[in-house]
Amino acid sequence: MSRDKRMTEDDAIASLSDGMTIGIGGWGSRRKPMSLVRALLRSPLKDLTIVSYGGPDVGLLAAAGKIRRIIYGFVSLDSIALEPHWRAARQAGTIAEPVEYDEGMLQWALYAGSLRLPFLPTRAGLGSGVVDVNPSLRTVRSPYDDGEELLAVPAIRLDAAFVHLNRSDMSGNAQFLGPDIYFDDLFLSACDPGHRYLSCERVVPTESLLDEGTFHTLRINRSMVDGVIEAPNGAHFTTCEPDYGRDEAFQKAYATAAANPDDWRAFSERFLQGSEAQYQAAVAEWKAQS
Amino acid sequence: MSTLADIVVIAAAEAFRGDGEIFASGMGTIPMLGARTARSTFEPDLMVSDGEAFYVGNELPIGGTNKVVEGWIPFRSVFDTLWGGRRHVMMGASQIDRFGNTNIANIGSWDRPKAQLLGVRGGPGNTINHSTSFFIPKHNANVFVAKVDMVSGLGYDRAAELSEWVQRNHRLPRVVTNLAVLDFNSANHSMRLVSVHPGVSVADVQAATSFELVIDGDVGETREPTADEQAVIDRLDPRGLRHREVS
Repeated sequence: MSRDKRMTEDDAIASLSDGMTIGIGGWGSRRKPMSLVRALLRSPLKDLTIVSYGGPDVGLLAAAGKIRRIIYGFVSLDSIALEPHWRAARQAGTIAEPVEYDEGMLQWALYAGSLRLPFLPTRAGLGSGVVDVNPSLRTVRSPYDDGEELLAVPAIRLDAAFVHLNRSDMSGNAQFLGPDIYFDDLFLSACDPGHRYLSCERVVPTESLLDEGTFHTLRINRSMVDGVIEAPNGAHFTTCEPDYGRDEAFQKAYATAAANPDDWRAFSERFLQGSEAQYQAAVAEWKAQS
Repeated sequence: MSTLADIVVIAAAEAFRGDGEIFASGMGTIPMLGARTARSTFEPDLMVSDGEAFYVGNELPIGGTNKVVEGWIPFRSVFDTLWGGRRHVMMGASQIDRFGNTNIANIGSWDRPKAQLLGVRGGPGNTINHSTSFFIPKHNANVFVAKVDMVSGLGYDRAAELSEWVQRNHRLPRVVTNLAVLDFNSANHSMRLVSVHPGVSVADVQAATSFELVIDGDVGETREPTADEQAVIDRLDPRGLRHREVS
């Protein structure tokens, strides 16, 4: 019988410390581990390095002043192209150390970290503004006859990783049922054991894992996971296909509120001060009214 | 009678002519319509996606959901495909210069942007690995600039400083705007005016561009869709969403 790794978001966040490097799975406003992000917002943690294909996770953490350094390829809400909190933070200069990569470079950095390699070579990024604004990036020359100069993308190792999947058993054998796993498996495998946290819509018995999807959907196994958090609607307001789509109306309310400090204070007080259960209740109440 | 949007769609479709069996990827309504129109008419081997994670085998209207899935293309496969060179993307640009350096990342200095936009996204990897075309709905001197604030996509001058491999594979086939069609087929790969849309003059385009365009010989008029192509465009965009991007 495999180990029961179930815990709460607050248990997971309580295990972390200031200054850690945290990778957040999903993509833009898609299948983001938002309940873990909300718990992180409630915590006193600070000076974090965030690694993300950024969406509202990055926006919220930036607005809360949690981010010292961030490695990202973009920050977007998908159906709303620009993340308002992220824009405000960058324009105000409050992110001490932004590290902007090409999307593929970020995958390569996580993959190098997963494989415990110091770097992986690529052409993506060469000659672009990415090398202009990241002067610490180095190139490497092919040792073969072509002798081509390539960008050496340095590995990222994470202190903690958050991902949100559709199903998992209690030990972290987990399943994506939507169209894309994004890079969730890489976020987990680039992370040192100890703080690899996986939230899911529903914890199911191991023998039920193939009830809703084929074996191809079992891309995450328990050796990659330290804690399992059952978080129904935990990706809200981002997508979690096929369990639910993006809550476009709520995302729009979020983005509208983010554009104005008074509105944001009201939004934050209404939705982000209490527990995850209180968040979900506040969202349900908001939907009933609108 | 074709509208400006129809002419722009067919100009976008023309970017993919001759591409064969590769992934024709369009960011936004008109680029996506361009790719799908090319596939439904003169470039039937193209592969097109639903913009999420699937290759679509049928003629799928913009916003349509009744799709025949012919393949799976999650983001990881997108990167594999583009690094493998089997893709031509048409994307937007907030700034573009005479050599095709483009910017979707930020306006003003990167350290402290006046306006934070998307970030570089896949621009560096796209432009260094395969054909990248651009669609710009509002051709003006704030977009067609002397120098971009952040290079998210490589122009020909930057590619020329890199390896022979890069110079062989870096290609910016076409820039389509609400005024004109442009390319980089000039002696030093400086932007060239290919054709102007009906009712637009060469002087109009030059006035909306901060650098001097290459003009060799007579600049033609951008063609209208044929009757068959127009029927395809109408089928692919029954709600007329293309008219929201250019009018």
